[in-house]
Amino acid sequence: MKIHEYQAKAILAKFGVPVPRGEAIFNASDARSVAERLGTKIVVVKAQIHAGGRGKAGGVKIAKSSEEAASFAGKMLGMKLVTAQTGEDGRVVRRLLIEEGLDIKRELYLSILVDRTAGAPVIMASAAGGMEIEEVAKDRPEAILRQPIRPETGFEQYHARKLAFGLGLKRDLVGVVSKFLESLYRAFVAMDAALLEINPCVITGDGCLVALDAKVNFDDNALFRHPEYAELRDLDEETPLEVEASKYKLNYIKLDGNVGCMVNGAGLAMATMDIIKLAGGSPANFLDVGGGASEEQVKNAFRILLSDRAVKAVFVNIFGGILRCDVLASGVVNAAKELQLKIPVVVRMEGTNVQRGQQILRDSGLNFTVAQGMKDGAEKVVALAGGAR
Amino acid sequence: MSVLIDRSTRVLVQGLTGREGTFHAQQMLDYGTKVVAGVTPGKGGTKHLGVPVFDTVADAVRETGANVSVIFVPPPYAADAILEAFDAQLPLVICITEGIPTLDMVRVAAALKTSRSRLIGPNCPGIISPGKCKIGIMPASIHKQGHVGVVSRSGTLTYEAVDQLTRLGIGQSTCIGIGGDPIVGTSFLDAIQLFNEDPDTHAIVMIGEIGGNVEETAAAYIKQSVKKPVVGFIAGQTAPPGRRMGHAGAIISGGQGTAADKYRAMRAAGIHTVQSPADIGATLARALGKSKSARKPKAITKRSAKAKKRAR
Repeated sequence: MKIHEYQAKAILAKFGVPVPRGEAIFNASDARSVAERLGTKIVVVKAQIHAGGRGKAGGVKIAKSSEEAASFAGKMLGMKLVTAQTGEDGRVVRRLLIEEGLDIKRELYLSILVDRTAGAPVIMASAAGGMEIEEVAKDRPEAILRQPIRPETGFEQYHARKLAFGLGLKRDLVGVVSKFLESLYRAFVAMDAALLEINPCVITGDGCLVALDAKVNFDDNALFRHPEYAELRDLDEETPLEVEASKYKLNYIKLDGNVGCMVNGAGLAMATMDIIKLAGGSPANFLDVGGGASEEQVKNAFRILLSDRAVKAVFVNIFGGILRCDVLASGVVNAAKELQLKIPVVVRMEGTNVQRGQQILRDSGLNFTVAQGMKDGAEKVVALAGGAR
Repeated sequence: MSVLIDRSTRVLVQGLTGREGTFHAQQMLDYGTKVVAGVTPGKGGTKHLGVPVFDTVADAVRETGANVSVIFVPPPYAADAILEAFDAQLPLVICITEGIPTLDMVRVAAALKTSRSRLIGPNCPGIISPGKCKIGIMPASIHKQGHVGVVSRSGTLTYEAVDQLTRLGIGQSTCIGIGGDPIVGTSFLDAIQLFNEDPDTHAIVMIGEIGGNVEETAAAYIKQSVKKPVVGFIAGQTAPPGRRMGHAGAIISGGQGTAADKYRAMRAAGIHTVQSPADIGATLARALGKSKSARKPKAITKRSAKAKKRAR
C-alpha cells in the first residue's frame, strides 16, 4: 500500500527524521494562510498523488509570496497531472502539501528496502540525489552504495560512517547522517515498510540533513498489525475495479487488452496472460481468484471482470487443487445467469472434480466454449474476442 | 530414490486442527504419507484424524520421532511456528502459509543461517515424491512416479506442468514448490543442486517467474555443473513493470527481474527454454529423447571397443 508524501513525512517525523515544516490542504482557499504561517521567503506547493515524476510534470511549484502560493494552489487543485509514472490518463490532484523553502547545498538519495538475496534490509545511498534511481542503477550502478543491516543486531554507527564517507561527505556530517539513518531504520522496522525512499535528502546551508521528499510503501501482508496506517489508504488513487476486487480478497489488476481472464493461482494467471499474447490477443486483466475460492468469490470475480467494458470475451483457466472445479463451475454459471451474459466465455478446467464441473456447465443451457488445455483455450478466446491484433 | 522425503518420512502438522490443516492432513493420510503428530497449543493430549496432538513441537518430536514439519498456521503466527520447528531441530520444515509479513521472514532467514533445519516455502504448495510421500496441498491424482524433478515458484502452474508430463507418460521423482514470496527458505539453486545430485532424477523442469534473480543464479550453476537436461519457463513475460502480480515476489522493479533477462540467462546455460506454458511437457519429452540420442554415440564407441577386443 502506498500513502501520500505529506502522510509519510508526518509518520517519519514521529520517529525523529527531520522533515520540512508544512501542512496539507484540500481547498485552495487555505493556501494563503498556510504560507503565511510558515513565514519563509519562499514556500513550495506540491501536488499529492501516488506517483513520482511530479516536478517535471508541473506538480511542484516554488512560490515567492503567499499570494503566489494561493495562485499555484488554485491552478493545481483539480488539475489532471500526467507524469512519467501515471500513464496517459494521469491523476486528478485532490490534495496539496505546502512547505517551507530550504537553503539547499546538496542533494542525496537514501532508501531502505528488503533485499531478497540477502534476506535482510539494505540501506541504499547515492550522491546522485533528486534523480530517478532506476536510471542511476542502469547507467552508473557503481554510484549506488548498498549497506545490508543484520536484523539480529540492527543499525550500527559504522553503517553510517561507511555510507557517509562513501558519498564523499565531510567528517563533520557523519554524526548527522548517522542520526538520520538510525531514525529512518527505526521507522522502517516499526512501520513494517516495504520501501522507504528519501529522494532527495538534502544537506542545508546550516549543515542539517532534511527529507525533502518521502515515499513509503507498506508491506500489505503486515497491515493487519498497523490499523492506524491501513486507514491512510486513498481509494481515489486506485483503479475502481481494483478497489472493488480487494473487497472480496481477489487479486485483480486492470490491463489494456480485451480478453478478460479468470485464473486460480498467481503463476498460472501470469502464464495465462502470456499464452493469450502468444495466441495474438491481449489480456484485459490479471485476476487470481486464489487457491481456495468460494462460489461467492468466483461470482464476484466474474462480475468485476465483466464490468470492464473493453472485455470482448472471457477466458476461465482453472487448475483445480483446493479450488474444486464443480465449485468454480457453479460460480461461473450463477454469475452468467445473474448478469445476463452476452459475451463469449471459454472455460478450461482441469483437476479436482473436473467431470462434475463440466457437467454443471453443460446442464446450464448457457453457451460456454469448453477448451482442451491452455493453448486451445487461448486460441479460441482470442478468435472470439475479434481475432489477433 | 527421491530428494528430501521418502516412504519412511514421519510428518508433523503444525496447525493440524484448523480448517486447512485438517483438510490437507486428511489428503496426505489418504495418499499414504505417515502423518504421526499434530501441534495445536492448548489441545495437547487429544487426537485429531486419529493423530495425536501436542502443545509444542518439541513434545511432538520427542514422543513420535517426527522428522518433517508442515505448517498450516495463519500468517500472524506462522513465523513463530517456523522458528519453533527450527528450535526442535527438525531437519525439514515446510511452510504452506501465504501472506507472512516480510520482516517476519527477515527474522526467520537470519535464524535459518545458524539452524540445522532446511525450510521450504513459505507461500508454497509443498513437496511430493509421487507414489511415496506427499507433504502439502497439491492434488495427488495428477502425479506419476518417475524420474523428472520439478521445481517451481508457483502452485497451480506446477500442477499444469506436472499434468502435461503425466499425460505424456513421464513421471516425476520429486516436485518442490519453493514459494512465491521475496524471501524463501529453499532457493531454485538449492532445489536444482538436490536434483542434480539425485541419481534417480534424470531431467529437471524449472518454472520461474518475473522478479528477483534466483533464476539467473540457478542458470549459472546449471551451466557449470548440470549435465541432465533442464527445461525452463518464466511466467509473467507480458506483465507490466512495477505491479505486484499476485505473488509479492513477482514485481519487476528498476528494469531488473524481467522475463527477457531470465530467458537470456537460461538460454546461455543451455537450458531448453519454453515460451508457451502449454509446451513444458512436450519440450521435456523432446529434451529426454535428445539426451538419449546424445548418449548413443558413446554406447556405440563402447560396443566397438568391445568388438575390437573380441577381434583381438
